[in-house]
Amino acid sequence: MTLRRGESVLVTIGIPVMLLLFFGTVHVLPTGAGRPIDFLAPGVLALAVMSTSMVSLGIATGFERSYGVLKRLGSTPLGRSRLLAAKTVAILSVEVVQVLVIAPVAIGLGWRPHGDAAVGVLAVLLATAGFAGIGLAFAGSMRAELTLAAVNGLYLVFLLLGGMVLTLSKLPHLLDGIARLLPAAALSSVLRHSLGVSQGSSLHAWLVLAAWGVLAPAVATLTFHWQPS
Amino acid sequence: MVSTRPNARKVPAVEVEDLVVTYGGLRAVDGLSIEAFHGEVFTLLGPNGAGKTTAVETLEGYRRPESGHVRVLGMNPLSDRATLSRRIGVMLQQGGVYPAMNAMEALSLFAAYYDKPADVSSLIKTLRLDDVSHTQWRRLSGGEQQRLSLALALVGNPDVLFLDEPTAGVDPEGRLAVRKVIRELRESGKCIIMTTHELSEADLLSDRVAILSHGHKIASGTPAEIRSLARASETTGAPRHSMSLRVGGVLDHGELAGVLGLQVTQQARSGEYLVDGPVTPSVITRLASWLEDRGLLLEELRIATRTLEDAYLEITSTTNQVASSQVTGGTAGTARGSVRKGIHR
Repeated sequence: MTLRRGESVLVTIGIPVMLLLFFGTVHVLPTGAGRPIDFLAPGVLALAVMSTSMVSLGIATGFERSYGVLKRLGSTPLGRSRLLAAKTVAILSVEVVQVLVIAPVAIGLGWRPHGDAAVGVLAVLLATAGFAGIGLAFAGSMRAELTLAAVNGLYLVFLLLGGMVLTLSKLPHLLDGIARLLPAAALSSVLRHSLGVSQGSSLHAWLVLAAWGVLAPAVATLTFHWQPS
Repeated sequence: MVSTRPNARKVPAVEVEDLVVTYGGLRAVDGLSIEAFHGEVFTLLGPNGAGKTTAVETLEGYRRPESGHVRVLGMNPLSDRATLSRRIGVMLQQGGVYPAMNAMEALSLFAAYYDKPADVSSLIKTLRLDDVSHTQWRRLSGGEQQRLSLALALVGNPDVLFLDEPTAGVDPEGRLAVRKVIRELRESGKCIIMTTHELSEADLLSDRVAILSHGHKIASGTPAEIRSLARASETTGAPRHSMSLRVGGVLDHGELAGVLGLQVTQQARSGEYLVDGPVTPSVITRLASWLEDRGLLLEELRIATRTLEDAYLEITSTTNQVASSQVTGGTAGTARGSVRKGIHR
């Protein structure tokens, strides 16, 4: 169902690949020291994770709720746990596809990842939980149209403040401070460290990822309404 | 099994006792008690906002009762949800399907949730969805969506079915198909709880009906019981309930009310009046002589039968719950006349 929606394919695969290709070949952005592709590739991977687990999931769930699909499923033997399990599998599958598409493009542009992939996977799982919590918190409490606007707005904010395509060091001091508390910047920072040039990642970023990974799903669980609002 | 009729078995399939459901400070269902059995179509009838959907959604496990007891197949819809959901079928009032999914996909997906699902292609045939089985939900007509919703409720081979307004928005041909399916389900021993705001639909399909208004049950019984009450009042010549008259001029309707001993109200069109109450021969005589004394010509006189539908509308539109004991008690105080929409088949 996810891949059948054209807009969903665009946001989860199209936009990240386009950003990667554009900024990977046209060096207009301040990406900091080192080769731009070493900065961009982990950032775009982080963006891709966010687009699947927050934007795509949030919007789809919001509309499923408003169409009464969630309510209708509630009377079948499917149950909440199996529905959540199915959604989790769907998200992780799309993320695998994203990596399989984005990584070769990045490598084609000269990216040479080294480091510990397992650390990267762990970071992606934590971030997925956090982003999914944010998306579902909107989807479960707001009308579908508002959820659509909110997660798209947040996507843009996280894109700009997430250290995904431009480095945080270029931000004003206050914004930089805020950005470092957001899951987007934490993920791109951890990915950049685990797959990129510098080894060892900051404890601060891991703590931020873990906090969002626990708190956001908790908030979503408490505020989620299954019936259309 | 075929001969299973209401009350034939001791154990009801659905039990509701003193149910109260509130939300937003409103008592949407207020002290409702009903019992429905296998092999029976039990209909909750009432206008929008009467509490029908709330009552059914409580049975489906969507709402938590404020007080009272609810049992479906002897189980609690909330705490026994996992077991019960395998044995009930639910048709929501609207929606519930991914707009981009077609009938075949939706039915196959839902069939996968159940251990022993019905055959999807024969369900599609039964509900006359053959021509649109590969059409996306959002492109189906309202009636086709309703029939697909019914098919989705049937796909798990349930023992108890909850159908919320199953024929609303369905074209005449589709209605025939839906009614046929519902009758067959009853014959096969299923218990069907249906809601409708259409009197004719309730009368065509139901074994028993409960009329709801403002969350209360204000009348209940078989359609035949209700109709027999109506026929009795016609054949025994019991007084009719109102008459309307038109005169060539203006009359003092307050004075006429005094003469007749009945309420007289002026209608919108000049010269038209409505007399409310039992129209006995003596009332007619007094009216005629009163008009003669004033030299007024009677241009039209109609003596109206109070239909069940009138009574239903009157009962359900008033917040006055006094009617409850009168109708349920069988005095037929307001249930005279024939079911205008319902009894023709």
